[in-house]
Amino acid sequence: MAVNELQSTRKPPITQIGAILWLRTNLFSSWINGLLTLASLYLLYISIPPLLDWMFLSANFNFGTVNILGFDIKFSEVMADNDSCGKEAACWPFIYEKIYMFIYGFYPREEVWRPDVFYGLTALFILIVRLVRNYKYKNRVILSMVVTYPIVSYILIAGGFGLLPVVETHQWGGLLLTLIIASVGILISFPIGVVLALGRQSDLRVIKLFSTLFIEFIRAVPLITILFMASFVLPLFLESGTNFDKLLRALIGIALFQAAYFAEVVRGGLQAIPKGQYEAADAVGLSYFQKNALIILPQALKISIPNIVGSSISLFKDTTLVLIIGLMDMLAMVNMTSQDIYWLGRETEGYVFVTIVFWVILYSMSRYSRKLEIRFNTENKD
Amino acid sequence: MEIENNKSNIIEISELNKWYGDFHALKNINMNVKEGEIIVVCGPSGSGKSTLIRCVNFLEKFQEGNIVVSGTELTDDAQKIRKIRSEVAMVFQHFNLFPHLTIVDNLTLAPIWVHNETKEEAREKALKFLERVDIKEQAEKYPNQLSGGQQQRVAIARSLCTSPKIMLFDEPTSALDPEMISEVLDVMVELAKGGITMICVTHEMGFARKMANRIIFMDEGQIVEENDPINFFKNPESDRLQLFLSQILTHEE
Repeated sequence: MAVNELQSTRKPPITQIGAILWLRTNLFSSWINGLLTLASLYLLYISIPPLLDWMFLSANFNFGTVNILGFDIKFSEVMADNDSCGKEAACWPFIYEKIYMFIYGFYPREEVWRPDVFYGLTALFILIVRLVRNYKYKNRVILSMVVTYPIVSYILIAGGFGLLPVVETHQWGGLLLTLIIASVGILISFPIGVVLALGRQSDLRVIKLFSTLFIEFIRAVPLITILFMASFVLPLFLESGTNFDKLLRALIGIALFQAAYFAEVVRGGLQAIPKGQYEAADAVGLSYFQKNALIILPQALKISIPNIVGSSISLFKDTTLVLIIGLMDMLAMVNMTSQDIYWLGRETEGYVFVTIVFWVILYSMSRYSRKLEIRFNTENKD
Repeated sequence: MEIENNKSNIIEISELNKWYGDFHALKNINMNVKEGEIIVVCGPSGSGKSTLIRCVNFLEKFQEGNIVVSGTELTDDAQKIRKIRSEVAMVFQHFNLFPHLTIVDNLTLAPIWVHNETKEEAREKALKFLERVDIKEQAEKYPNQLSGGQQQRVAIARSLCTSPKIMLFDEPTSALDPEMISEVLDVMVELAKGGITMICVTHEMGFARKMANRIIFMDEGQIVEENDPINFFKNPESDRLQLFLSQILTHEE
């Protein structure tokens, strides 16, 4: 019998590492991929420089004198108007002048500190969630914030209760309204979705049937239809004269719609949980509620994070449809401000601005979901 | 090992029949288990042995017959089922630890939520049992960071945490790599010596020979033969048991 000596480890051959290899494997692995690479480069060449030119190089940044954090910064002698901007490139003073509309809608100017505090609170909320990650009582902290944040936000924005002057919902608009619709929609629909998903898996026939019918009905109908129904059909069932807020109706429609989608996402997660987990939970004597709350849902939701976030991103984008039933969200504000006779024909700037705002928010959401996935994965590597 | 005759029955199974659809999985099972008795159930795969012990804690529903566990008859009543499950612990072939919880949280879950113990009590007891199965230093790890043998020992410790009267083992060593089987069997031997009632579905004939009070042989959904270990291996009566023993013992010794 032969005994081999222990071999020493070596580096891979030089042709198998480095930039050339990367280019060959990623961009020119076959002649068809090579052609596609060249075609893509050409497309970038003809599209990117004109875009940069329109957005920055030839664009008009004559905002006049702007007060930023107490400093007067002078961009130009006077603010540009529609005519002095020209048609060839972006006219950013349009956005500057209308920024209030984009962000707050018709919210009364003298009350503007309230949405500002709301934005601040939202940022603080996110910051605290991130900071308490390793704190012993983090669940208690987060739970208490999840309960108080919506209440405080509501009182801030809507007013009333003898605390603050009331601001009617038809005055809410712009980014503020977009954020409210999206976050309320997600927060309300998520628990409903979880219950529906469990219902669809239930052994009880009636519950299973109800959940399945609800989910399948909603998923077979476009959001627009549901918004129309909520807006025009729902009031028919109510006593005439009942003043039923338009925004509330839209929110109910969106929450029901999104609940059906969340239900299917969570059901996917539930199906990925091995039967053994249910049996082990049963065998130690946990009740149905305990079994789902302690064993099944924590695992199922963890698996579903990418899809939950994906679905939330879709909802965020779908909120722009509320302009159809007359709610003035950020996109609706572009349509409206571009009708201003002093700024006719500047909707392109508005759409680009809205696109950038959406992209920043949604890309952050997507990045955050990636982070969550990685964090849970290290706890639980296979 | 002898079990005194004056001990009372802790499990009484009579006329038990179970079907999966049209398939008759358990045929007329009659079986009593005395307090403190160690029973090994063996038989070829598909013989119904796992199904039988899974009926005892109602993981499987059955269509005919009675099972009485420590004085409580098994029915659809959720309260009764939970009561029985809190007294009967089960160890699974694939461990079924909760992968999102640390080892110690796996152990304290049922004591806290089912037996209303405080966190501190439960944790103290959990660490004691982890020490007993010799993996106390892994307490803060997650199940998937442990080897199969360690996971199964954790699973055994988990089932001990609720101070069960009866332990059911469903092929506890079948999913393990060969070098890890003995560490799990050692723990089971310790338990058996401690006087707890055990029903083990297993192919480990060494364990059966050494520890069992009775060995039950099942085939095609029925109990074919049962005997004390000595006579079970020396004087098998039925042809089926003789064949089974010749198949599994060929490579032993």
